[in-house]
Amino acid sequence: VKGTNTALRASARKLLVILEVVVSFECEGRSETPRSSVVNGKQQIPVLQTNNGPSLTGLTTIAAHLVKQANKEYLLGSTAEEKAIVQQWLEYRVTRVDGHSSKDDIRALLKDLNSYLEDKVYLTGYNFTLADILLYYGLHRFIVDLTVQEKEKYLNVSRWFCHIQHYPGIRQHLSSVVFIKNRLYTNSH
Amino acid sequence: MRLFVSEGAPGSLPVLAAARRAQGRAELLISTVGPEECVVPFLTQPKVPVLQLDNGNYLFSTSAICRYFFLLSGWEQDDLTNQWLEWEATELQPALSAALYYLVVQGKKGEDVLGPVRRALTHIDHSLSRRSCPFLAGETESLADIVLWGALYPLLQDPAYLPEELGALHSWFQTVSSQEPCQRAAETVLKQQGVLALRPYLQKQPQPSSLQGRAVSNEPEEEELATLSEEEIAMAVTAWEKGLGNLPPLRPPQNPVLPVAGERNVLITSALPYVNNVPHLGNIIGCVLSADVFARYSRLRQWNTLYLCGTDEYGTATETKAMEEGLTPQEICDKYHAIHADIYRWFNISFDIFGRTTTPQQTKITQDIFQRLFSRGFVLQDTVEQLRCEQCARFLADRFVEGVCPFCGYEEARGDQCDKCGKLINATELKKPQCKVCRSCPVVKSSQHLFLDLPKLEKRLEEWLENTLPGSDWTPNARFIIRSWLRDGLKPRCITRDLKWGTPVPLEGFEDKVFYVWFDATIGYLSITANYTDQWERWWKNPEQVSLYQFMAKDNVPFHGLVFPCSALGAEDNYTLVSHLIATEYLNYEDGKFSKSRGVGVFGDMAQDTGIPADIWRFYLLYIRPEGQDSAFSWTDMLLKNNSELLNNLGNFINRAGMFVSKFFGGYVPEMVLTSDDQRLLAHVTLELQHYHQLLEKVRIRDALRSILTISRHGNQYIQVNEPWKRIKGSEADRQRAGTVTGLAVNIAALLSVMLQPYMPTVSATIQAQLQLPPPACGILLTNFLCTLPAGHLIGTAKVSSKPAVGETVTATGPQQIQVLMDEVTKQGNIVRELKAQKADKNQVAAEVAKLLDLKKQLALAEGKPLETPKGKKKK
Repeated sequence: VKGTNTALRASARKLLVILEVVVSFECEGRSETPRSSVVNGKQQIPVLQTNNGPSLTGLTTIAAHLVKQANKEYLLGSTAEEKAIVQQWLEYRVTRVDGHSSKDDIRALLKDLNSYLEDKVYLTGYNFTLADILLYYGLHRFIVDLTVQEKEKYLNVSRWFCHIQHYPGIRQHLSSVVFIKNRLYTNSH
Repeated sequence: MRLFVSEGAPGSLPVLAAARRAQGRAELLISTVGPEECVVPFLTQPKVPVLQLDNGNYLFSTSAICRYFFLLSGWEQDDLTNQWLEWEATELQPALSAALYYLVVQGKKGEDVLGPVRRALTHIDHSLSRRSCPFLAGETESLADIVLWGALYPLLQDPAYLPEELGALHSWFQTVSSQEPCQRAAETVLKQQGVLALRPYLQKQPQPSSLQGRAVSNEPEEEELATLSEEEIAMAVTAWEKGLGNLPPLRPPQNPVLPVAGERNVLITSALPYVNNVPHLGNIIGCVLSADVFARYSRLRQWNTLYLCGTDEYGTATETKAMEEGLTPQEICDKYHAIHADIYRWFNISFDIFGRTTTPQQTKITQDIFQRLFSRGFVLQDTVEQLRCEQCARFLADRFVEGVCPFCGYEEARGDQCDKCGKLINATELKKPQCKVCRSCPVVKSSQHLFLDLPKLEKRLEEWLENTLPGSDWTPNARFIIRSWLRDGLKPRCITRDLKWGTPVPLEGFEDKVFYVWFDATIGYLSITANYTDQWERWWKNPEQVSLYQFMAKDNVPFHGLVFPCSALGAEDNYTLVSHLIATEYLNYEDGKFSKSRGVGVFGDMAQDTGIPADIWRFYLLYIRPEGQDSAFSWTDMLLKNNSELLNNLGNFINRAGMFVSKFFGGYVPEMVLTSDDQRLLAHVTLELQHYHQLLEKVRIRDALRSILTISRHGNQYIQVNEPWKRIKGSEADRQRAGTVTGLAVNIAALLSVMLQPYMPTVSATIQAQLQLPPPACGILLTNFLCTLPAGHLIGTAKVSSKPAVGETVTATGPQQIQVLMDEVTKQGNIVRELKAQKADKNQVAAEVAKLLDLKKQLALAEGKPLETPKGKKKK
């Protein structure tokens, strides 16, 4: 049991490292404010120089690589179906979420995602995967700006997002988005 | 599982080619659907190909479908394939869809088509030749080859678009194309017609986004880091260098403020709050506060500005309230007028006049307008079926009746308007009417009334609107409301009521009646001005020289944009009519509208009781101003915005800038030697300042506040990058650099203090006092960023470093403390880690861990993380 524990801790640390790497890419790629995400008219693409082999280019490619390095392959899905679904949402993240998204694009995206998540806890259904992590990071800058009504409108997205941000070690330096409203005065004034 | 494909959809190629892989592994049905069919229930836009999995989920990405077929065949994912597929999705597809669009939909040829994809094709070619492998991910054909081949085939099957010089690409493409599954897929999809087979499908697709270039945005701030031209930078530097010399003299205060020929004369009104209750936050942001920001801005621009408001005191609501509280209507008005005045004073609303409507001037002007309308034939007489309470022996007007709304079924609808759906109601249409006083059911009786003949005035109104609206700053909701009223056609509108508390009707037979509050409430602006100066007509009968800005919530639009203009046009006395009608949407509270009459929401006096300073309230209300759409008030959000925007951004910047001057330079602004980076910052700040002006000139108050915060973010980044606190300890050159950075930063702080003045006047004044900003620089805001604190200027040393000016109260902790705590947490964390590494004594470790946890808790509190703090703010 002890051995397993140590291994678990070690892999948990590795996971944290992955997340840090991913998050720091996110920051390099889009600097701190969402508005200045475009540098020289082009979004920056992360490159990972590995010790033994060629460098890897692309956010989801690198993230998948690091996940494997950390022996966390289950984050890429366990069945063929799940693996394909994870990759599909990773692609969605880098094409749709990171595309030059106007407010309308984002609204359409949130609407679709909201309807997709209606009967799901995670993007694959029941298992937490890399797709949840990267989509969470990608959506954070938009979710932060949602109004209370919009958060209610995209209820399933809000539920999923809130769940992911409370996942241990995931949120990193990103701000925690508040989904709960507090009632201060009652109607009976 | 079931695969949906569509004729001529390019994605079908790789999918069909890959499907061979899954043969024998799973049962696969293939259905052909129309290109506009929505197969995936959760996607709004149609998308093919799509694979419906046996578990009910859908794969709608072409690559993911291919990947799935490969995974079924036992293939394992690898980095190189992932990298190719990610590149295909993010780089190749956008380029390719542009090329195909030019070729197939627009019928272009040659370089027009090849141009967009050339880079991508070269990339594939180089990768293949560099690795000297026949296939993209190794020695055998695999997923990456199928996906890329499928994407490229429609274009590259025409040799004209497969450049000869790309030899490796050439041979790879030929090899893959000759594979049997690929050949079959190509036949099925292109049907020997070549790329034209894609036309019917591609024509139905939206234009590829890669072609649209930068989308036209209503929010220029999103492109705020736009490239600056050398000219812009040079202009910003010139303006900066002129400094205080650029400023005109301050306009001497006038009393009374009167229009001046040849100047910009701005008359600002805020909707008159109804006197029967304490105003709530929705009223405050909807009119008085919004108008205040604009009035203050207008004065900063040195425009000749008069800002007026007052309580609207006549009408049934006052009579009902008087009955409720057992006072006379006059006593109620006196009592609530004082409450209103107090609240607005507390909110720092800069009225030139805060009057009331129950004055002799009101009677005089209202009766005059009425007589003019009457003598010109714009007033009709008619009998009205009206509710009468036999028990109280009176006709029940408006708010003396409650019942079920005939439109939405809301049970507490008032006699004139429903609070829920906002529709205007004729009291006799109410279902289940009740007398509000005795709760008995009223009966319908007839009574003589006067009507404003709006249909007769409609043409004049439309002419006036045609001349006024184009190019004006009427908010879209106001235009919409007026347009829909005109579309439905205007009807005669009753202007009298059976009441005592009102302006008497100067007509025989109407001695028992008064004017309907909405006929004479808008005349209140005129009478309030008349009580301020006997030359009131210079403002109100002077449309040539006066720009009239009227602020209100959207439910007041019909009366300001329609009823009053009709009265004024019909009276034919050259009245000043509204030039810019600024209407807000609603500020929601929890799940419902704020409503004074139903007591839902946060009220002005409560805001005062929270102990949170007025400026913080102003900031948050303006930050969430319902501009363009409804917004919601939330306590947690207020705390969050205070901490993230005011404290950590704005407060932090201004405090640091001031602190560096006091701490490192003895309070004297140091010499500034601008580098090209500094000049660029000057230009960015100037650009944002100009943006702020553009927005405020259009009365986009909430958006302009974002510009302030953007400048402060620029400032913070500037300090962070240049680290003056390190350079001050360095070489002579470093110290000079520290001086420049500090000097520029403190000047940005000075600029921010002026820009902030309309929003947070007290904070602005505090900062300006601390910086000892010269008076003209405090009172005038130009469109350029000037050096208002030149080298050698002495700032006040006392408080800048120790007491944050902005955002001091909500958490009672300044940014410095947060920084200190953060450092301590890090330090303590290191101690704990070291002890653990040394396998130190358990108790010792536990003690240090406890210290760490305590520090973390303090930090969380200081940062205002919503743990206990919001609860602590709760009342009731």
